[in-house]
Amino acid sequence: MLEVSVLKQLGAFRLDATFSAPTPGVIALFGRSGSGKSTLINLIAGLLAPDAGAVSLDGEILTDARRGIAVPAERRRIGCVFQDARLFPHLSVVSNLRYGERRRRRAPPLLAFDEVVDLLGLASLLQRRPWELSGGERQRVSLGRALLSRPRLLLLDEPLASLDVSRREEILPYLVAVRERLSVPMVLVSHQFDEVLRLATHLVLLDGGQVLAEGAVEEMSLYPQLQSIVGHDLAGAVVEGLVTRVNEAAGSAELAVGSGTLQVSLRDVQPGMRVRLQLLARDVILATQPVQGLSVRNALASTVIAISDDESGAALVRVDVGGAIVLARITQDARRALNLQPGDAVWTLVKAVSTRGHAFTLARGV
Amino acid sequence: MTGPPDSAELEALRLSLEVALRSVAFSLPLAVLAAWVLTRARFRGRLLLDALVHLPLVLPPVAVGYVLLLLLGAHAPLGAWLGRRFGIHLPFTTAGAALATAVMTFPLMVRAIRIALENVDRGLEDAARTLGAAPLDRFLSITLPLMLPGILAGAVTAFAAGLGEFGAVITFAANVPGVTRTLPLALYTAMQSPGGDALALRLAMLSFALGILGLLTAELIVRRVRRRLGG
Repeated sequence: MLEVSVLKQLGAFRLDATFSAPTPGVIALFGRSGSGKSTLINLIAGLLAPDAGAVSLDGEILTDARRGIAVPAERRRIGCVFQDARLFPHLSVVSNLRYGERRRRRAPPLLAFDEVVDLLGLASLLQRRPWELSGGERQRVSLGRALLSRPRLLLLDEPLASLDVSRREEILPYLVAVRERLSVPMVLVSHQFDEVLRLATHLVLLDGGQVLAEGAVEEMSLYPQLQSIVGHDLAGAVVEGLVTRVNEAAGSAELAVGSGTLQVSLRDVQPGMRVRLQLLARDVILATQPVQGLSVRNALASTVIAISDDESGAALVRVDVGGAIVLARITQDARRALNLQPGDAVWTLVKAVSTRGHAFTLARGV
Repeated sequence: MTGPPDSAELEALRLSLEVALRSVAFSLPLAVLAAWVLTRARFRGRLLLDALVHLPLVLPPVAVGYVLLLLLGAHAPLGAWLGRRFGIHLPFTTAGAALATAVMTFPLMVRAIRIALENVDRGLEDAARTLGAAPLDRFLSITLPLMLPGILAGAVTAFAAGLGEFGAVITFAANVPGVTRTLPLALYTAMQSPGGDALALRLAMLSFALGILGLLTAELIVRRVRRRLGG
């Protein structure tokens, strides 16, 4: 368990944040820039001292302002990957990687040096200097350096934010690999929801220095304020599904989601695997009667739970598909025409391809 | 030229090099410390220390030499104690000339090192902390190597300037041939002696050559180290 309850005034900015998240797991600190995510990371790492409050990890108090406890950052064994990598420019890649390892000989290793080099594909970079690396390579070295420092918590402060989209796609699989391979808990700072979706198990939503809400990613995906931060086009319920059938040739799979079966475009999965996918609210269609002759593959019997207006003026309908909650974004016209009310039985239509790119295998042990 | 180099130049050159080298060796660690304190430490009297360090830049060198004499002369309390306790006698010695030179070139050195320290990215030190490096370890493994271009530039500049220190040396250490008669003192002496014009010219040209060499060396070292650091 990572328990954080801190108060910090920095100029005009005031961070007043309390949350506790299960470990192991990947905790996402999510919010707009300036919401206090990086300040929170620095407070957890011990690079910043809170004005008041406490931080504890798995029962050990790292900071407690009232009791005067402040374990120095160098003794916390909390590894950091910063947005700007922060590789030491006067050292080669291999010396950067060994920097933390050398100083933590007595701590139990997560992975051996060669394993880290393998996992992150660093073999060809070892003799290079930091300035000879691309942005993505730098972040991989930075991640490797943090892993080798034998951390018991890994802080990732927007590790992908300084990279362009294609580089991001290049690094994300490495982060997923680290999460799948190791049970070390991680805190991921991000303002990109797809990163959260692929990596995180728990989400802490920050705004203006305060925690708006926190909870499992599935649960938080329904939270109205998250929608406005993510953007209406990318908002949508995150659901968990069990792979029941795989059609390799078609590149599709059938998932049991709630009481329904969802056919989605999904590769590299096997039956029995649990996956997480996001159904974009703008791609979910509601029908009050069974429909025929449509190209949409999925029609799930469901019940309307609630209807609200989102900030853009559209209606956001929350439906229950036999235990799984799905969001549909429809126009106010459609809402009136269908005369939707909570409790109504509806058919929820989801295009098989509309979930593509948002399906991820879940972390080990989740 | 008549006969073997009559060694007045060589002797002055050797002395100048020795004095400048010893002054740099003596003041370098102190300059790093002063730069660190002035940049990183927050305490009362920091401004005063800052002014004190820079004082030799604005004082007449003769005044600096005179103050040193007042503090470290054979009959001054500190000077007498050094002599009794350690057998160290500074006035009228090569070591004294080096000390006077060190005081005069100290601000130059501190300035260069301080700029280098201010340019060290604190984020890198933070990264080192999270990797388990305690303060001294951090300073030696990260901060110091990153300051190296500035430290070297400061040392070479101070060395080059130290070759030519005149006022403070002649006041504190006098003009003793073979002991404290460095290049500028030899040049001055030659100018005062009848028929010393040729020697004075040779000494002046030697000083020019050394100065240029020193400044070029400083620049080359800085460039080379910067390239290694990828700056």
